[in-house]
Amino acid sequence: MDKPFAITLDPGSSLANHTGSWRTSRPVYVDRLPPCNKQCPAGEDIQGWLFHAESGNYESAWRHLTKDNPFPAIMGRVCYHSCEGACNRGQIDEPVGINSVERFLGDEALKRGWKLTAPTAESGKHVLIVGAGPSGMSAAYHLRRLGHRVTVHEAGPLLGGMMRFGIPKYRLPRDVLEAEMQRVVELGVHVQLNSKVENILDTMQDGKFDAAFLAVGAHIGKRATIPAGDAAKIIDAISLLRSMEGEDQPMLGRRVVVYGGGNTAIDVARTAKRMGAEPLIVYRRTREKMPAHDFEVEEALQEGIMVKWLSTIKQADESSLTIEKMALDSKGFPQPTGEFETIEADSLVLALGQDVDLGLLEGVPGLQVSDGVVQVGSNMMTGHPGIFAGGDMVPAERNVTVGIGHGKAAAKHIDAWLRSEEYVAPVKHDTAAFENLNTWYYTDAPKTVRPMLDIIRRQSTFDEVQGGLDESTALFEARRCLSCGNCFECDNCYGVCPDNAVIKLGPGKRFQFNYDYCKGCGMCVAECPCGAIKMEAEEI
Amino acid sequence: MSFQPLHFYQTGTFTVGNRLLAEEDRTVQAEIGRTNSLNSGHRACQGCGEALGARFAIDAAMNAARGRLIAANATGCLEVFSTPYPETSWQIPWIHSLFGNTAAVATGIAAAIKVKKQKGEMGDVRVVAQGGDGGTTDIGFGCLSGMFERNDDVLYICYDNGGYMNTGVQRSSATPPAARTATTMPVGPEPGNAFGQGKFLPAIAMAHEIPYVATATVAGLHDLEYKVTKAMGMRGARYIHILVPCPLGWGAASQDTIKLARLAKETGIFPVFEAERGEVTGVLKIRRQQPVEEYLKLQKRYAHLFGKTPAVETIARLQAAADKNIRKYGLLDQEAN
Ligand SMILES: Cc1cc2nc3c(=O)[nH]c(=O)nc-3n(C[C@H](O)[C@H](O)[C@H](O)COP(=O)(O)OP(=O)(O)OC[C@H]3O[C@@H](n4cnc5c(N)ncnc54)[C@H](O)[C@@H]3O)c2cc1C
Ligand code: SF4
Ligand code: SF4
Repeated sequence: MDKPFAITLDPGSSLANHTGSWRTSRPVYVDRLPPCNKQCPAGEDIQGWLFHAESGNYESAWRHLTKDNPFPAIMGRVCYHSCEGACNRGQIDEPVGINSVERFLGDEALKRGWKLTAPTAESGKHVLIVGAGPSGMSAAYHLRRLGHRVTVHEAGPLLGGMMRFGIPKYRLPRDVLEAEMQRVVELGVHVQLNSKVENILDTMQDGKFDAAFLAVGAHIGKRATIPAGDAAKIIDAISLLRSMEGEDQPMLGRRVVVYGGGNTAIDVARTAKRMGAEPLIVYRRTREKMPAHDFEVEEALQEGIMVKWLSTIKQADESSLTIEKMALDSKGFPQPTGEFETIEADSLVLALGQDVDLGLLEGVPGLQVSDGVVQVGSNMMTGHPGIFAGGDMVPAERNVTVGIGHGKAAAKHIDAWLRSEEYVAPVKHDTAAFENLNTWYYTDAPKTVRPMLDIIRRQSTFDEVQGGLDESTALFEARRCLSCGNCFECDNCYGVCPDNAVIKLGPGKRFQFNYDYCKGCGMCVAECPCGAIKMEAEEI
Repeated sequence: MSFQPLHFYQTGTFTVGNRLLAEEDRTVQAEIGRTNSLNSGHRACQGCGEALGARFAIDAAMNAARGRLIAANATGCLEVFSTPYPETSWQIPWIHSLFGNTAAVATGIAAAIKVKKQKGEMGDVRVVAQGGDGGTTDIGFGCLSGMFERNDDVLYICYDNGGYMNTGVQRSSATPPAARTATTMPVGPEPGNAFGQGKFLPAIAMAHEIPYVATATVAGLHDLEYKVTKAMGMRGARYIHILVPCPLGWGAASQDTIKLARLAKETGIFPVFEAERGEVTGVLKIRRQQPVEEYLKLQKRYAHLFGKTPAVETIARLQAAADKNIRKYGLLDQEAN
């Protein structure tokens, strides 16, 4: 070809110049573990299901969520949502209302009749589950999804365990509880109600079970040695709450004293209030030391429940109690002061904690019990091979979510054990710390507040106290999520690369680096809002 | 306010795109099919703000002109790193002018197009001239002023990195006070560049009362694209001045380029505004105000201010200049988010 004056070469593209060779470190896309996920006792992928909710795809969000936890509507009401305490957004304005969105998804599923995914193949193995509380039903769900035959033996007449016979309905309406329980049963889980297991080894043998998961909870109310007159009416909190589910509701009288400072004490007092009584909580320490969650104490106080702090009960009689005032010592322990007082009381409810009924485990070789709870390994197996346990009966925090987490973990280990294998959990990603975020890119957005029932109805009915979010507020709340450590396709990396070395793969497919041209400037890492890219030293 | 910020809770309109934003609210840069006017393989330094700013601006101009665009490019970093003979990174019709005459070359192209259009020999094609601050505020200033004064139909874009960078970081008339360059060493009673009279070209352009003048930074992509698009929708002489941090000349980490541009805007050191026919019509408000130190201390060209005895007075003078911008352009606003 004839070239113009002074031109000797054909024009070429700079694509021939692979500037990637300049690089001393390279960006790589990562998925970091968001603090909410890390915190969730049920191991939910919170950021993951929020991602779907953010685009208004609630069914995908619900399906993603229920891979880990089949009970979002229950969670959205009774879970203590420690995830929100860990949420990175808390350091910007307020944590994301994870729990409210979860409830919205749970309720949406019930409204729309979404079903859980049934197993595709049967394993031929048969697993026994003892106790239809959250832990047992969670294990049933996960084992069933893994294709195992599952039979649940439940001593009581209904499903739900302490969620049915403990947690009052003004916090957890029974239709919600029943619907989420039944959805698990519909997967083909066999349930035998009113069938208490007396001896685990016998039951396993009779039913030819290959493994068992125990989740019998902690149902025996702890007693305090209070000298009492013959006519004094003393009941334990758990029996009282259980009888609320039955036909004949207990006769408590007008002046009901509740002894204890945990969530159970609060629930009993709030229940008594709704039955027309005037409850008084007596607790030996101060409000700050109360084991009950602060929001529950607050709600109880709003409803007009009285509390006597720093007091112990010395003597119970037919219509009065003798109380001794306490004072905190330098270590924060309550010490008696010798000052006494008499208060009127028609009944006394003890809410001092619960013990586990270990009757069914007598004579099981290898099994270890200490401090009244059954010891399990990290695989949730007791000292007796093939018998696993979880929930309130093992050493751990006692709440619904922990129980559900145990059920899930146990199911994975049982599944592996049935195949004579060992389940190895995938390695956890590094945590997405607040420092990994570039918060410039997020707009301020205050947390959405859930509506509360008016106070009169709260004092006189068992209607649900806390309302849910509607679709627009749930969407807003979901979109407050910063997507910590996981790409949410904001296109920043694609936009800020001065070398066009980021390839956009299209919706849902994320991005890829073109290492032929990436010079390793690190701008994408610095400008990724959520910390989903990291720099790695190049081997030179 | 030069564009309406969207209160999109997750990221607002600050990110480049976002799967949840409506297509029309995403930037040109978010598109898979963007022009990539300045393609990979160019020889700009790691983290080059100018390479980034040029792609941002020219892609937006290409988008606005539906692909019918010619660019004239002054000598300078941008030309040197994009077109070492015989390679080019440009994916648009592009011509290299002398250092000082790119405005005149663009004027000529625009005139030729006008004639050809009149003769019916071609359809409409738009013209952009571009250069660094050396080719614009120093060497090319005469041609540029002429282009303004004649109101030639050219959009001139200046990428301001405050010096002659590829020749070894020498001072230009856009080098800020106190900054160290190879020709303004941190020695003597007034170390670094002198506090002169300053030469803020956007203000000079405004004095010509041309149809449109705007400033922008590589940290505000939505704003930058909005301004280029708006300018492309107008005829006559238009001028956009884009602050493009230079890791090499400023002595900054390569990943801090956008952060520095953001800080220049958030401190008030670089006012971001637009003006029509000599009057300011909109400013981009400061969202999270910062003291000038936050901007200065990331750059080695100001290291001498933060020695054993910090140069408090000099820093105060730089702060005063930023404060003056804030007052003059009304950069602070309660409602800014
Ligand atoms: C009043 C009260 C309020 C609470 N509020 C909350 C709350 O708001 N949020 C929260 O997270 N947690 C709360 N908890 C704690 C929570 O209810 C428990 O931690 C959780 O239910 C434990 O689950 P689990 O499956 O281990 O046992 P459980 O729920 O106790 O279920 C055990 C089941 O096993 C059955 N069972 C027992 N023995 C046998 C046997 N031998 N054979 C067959 N079946 C048997 C029982 O009938 C029961 O149904 C509350 C507890 C109480 C008492
Ligand atoms: S912002 Fe989102 S991902 Fe981050 S901790 Fe909170 S809920 Fe989890
Ligand atoms: S910058 Fe945006 S698109 Fe890129 S990895 Fe981070 S979140 Fe994903």
